[in-house]
Amino acid sequence: MGAKMVEFNGWDMPVEYPASIGGGIIAEHTAVRTGVGIFDVSHMGDIRLSGPEALAAVQHISMNDASRLAAGQAQYSALLYPQGTFVDDVIVHRLGEEDYLLVINAGTREKDFNWVRDNTRQFGCKVEHLSDDFTQIAIQGPKAVNLLQKLTDADLSGVKFYWITRGTLCGLKDILIGRTGYTAEDGFEIYIPADEAISARVWNEILAAGKEFGVVPCGLGARNTLRLEGKLPLYGHEISDTINVWEAGLDRFCKMEKREFIGREALEKAHAGDLRKTLIGLEMIDRGIARDGYKILDSAGREIGYVTSGSPAPFLKKNIALAYVPPQHAAIGTTLLVEIRGQGVKAQVVPTPFYKRPKKP
Amino acid sequence: MSYPTDRRYTKEHEWITPDGTIGITHHAQEALGDIVFVDLPKVGTEITAGKTLGTVESVKAVSDIYAPVSGTVTSVNGELATAPEKVNKDAHGAWMLKITVKNPAEMNALLSSADYEKFVSEEAGH
Repeated sequence: MGAKMVEFNGWDMPVEYPASIGGGIIAEHTAVRTGVGIFDVSHMGDIRLSGPEALAAVQHISMNDASRLAAGQAQYSALLYPQGTFVDDVIVHRLGEEDYLLVINAGTREKDFNWVRDNTRQFGCKVEHLSDDFTQIAIQGPKAVNLLQKLTDADLSGVKFYWITRGTLCGLKDILIGRTGYTAEDGFEIYIPADEAISARVWNEILAAGKEFGVVPCGLGARNTLRLEGKLPLYGHEISDTINVWEAGLDRFCKMEKREFIGREALEKAHAGDLRKTLIGLEMIDRGIARDGYKILDSAGREIGYVTSGSPAPFLKKNIALAYVPPQHAAIGTTLLVEIRGQGVKAQVVPTPFYKRPKKP
Repeated sequence: MSYPTDRRYTKEHEWITPDGTIGITHHAQEALGDIVFVDLPKVGTEITAGKTLGTVESVKAVSDIYAPVSGTVTSVNGELATAPEKVNKDAHGAWMLKITVKNPAEMNALLSSADYEKFVSEEAGH
């Protein structure tokens, strides 16, 4: 049991919180599905584009149509290479008339910023890397709105999913509050000044205000199982510089009718041809847990693909996975094998997302 | 955490009693987190000291279980197939398998509870 446990010691962010304070991945995951959990997601990066040609710049470097955003609205999008593969996925926030904020992934911060800067030089806009300016905290779950409303004068009931507002929060003026998240649940992400004392104070005030809702601090472990149940992609897993938009199944966030953006030409060509692989959802039939990187075999035992993310799903209480296979193996109901420690273990192709949050009554 | 003195320990975080009952330690379950799957060998399987005998999985990780000593499996705790969380609740009570120990002298090479506790605290200090 030695080596594999040690690799977790290297995290400088909690994978999970101790059971003694209500933590553990299953407890944290369940809190977000049924109540509320909070995550320190300061590792996420932030790039701001502002100026008269900010919209044109955002349109050029991202695949969704930012011209559809009203001030105060956000959208899921992605930065693409000319080949139509992923630099990163992002959330584009339109803060004001000529003011956009891209929230990017931790592992790709420098690469993303350099890429955005290099590809927007021809536009009249300012590009700033603000990653180290913000502490980002995610408050997620059906009771997130009740919790956060206690701490801010902004009317959160008026903020729709994927919209943003500003307000005084924990005594801090003009704080950006987005109704966004990475848990497939309702929730908010707040951006406060990256000052250690202020960040700690806000974190503790959220925990205190959330006591009546049973708030639980959550780590990266639960963040991963929550996003997996909701089939939200993770860079380096479902999306990467070798996977294109069509393969990842992110068509609805890619607006080909938009005049021009980096990657468009390649995607147009790819669309005319056959897909080499497509992302599927799997549910284990036999006993076993599919993990990232495990091989997918057809019923004859031939290797046909690989698992991008696999885990027990704590809320659904099933063992689930996302995997890439050729399209002829992707039909719902197809039985495939996941190679687990040398053995082919049966799994079935199922509809995704695995979890969809219940609609409000 | 004090580790029971009625058994011996490995640096890979297994425990074994003199009569050949094997489990994983409190430290191991704590490091793994919520345990959701335990895969153990069938009765009659020969296991070899230092070699993998099975697997334990938590939500986040997969870990091999190593044989503390060589022997033959005589019994497997079937309860863990449906209730693996028992290992989290009581790692030193939730045994995994029993073996007939091939060479009792191999036990002498394993850690005492005091040595294991020291080993764990040093490992945590890294």
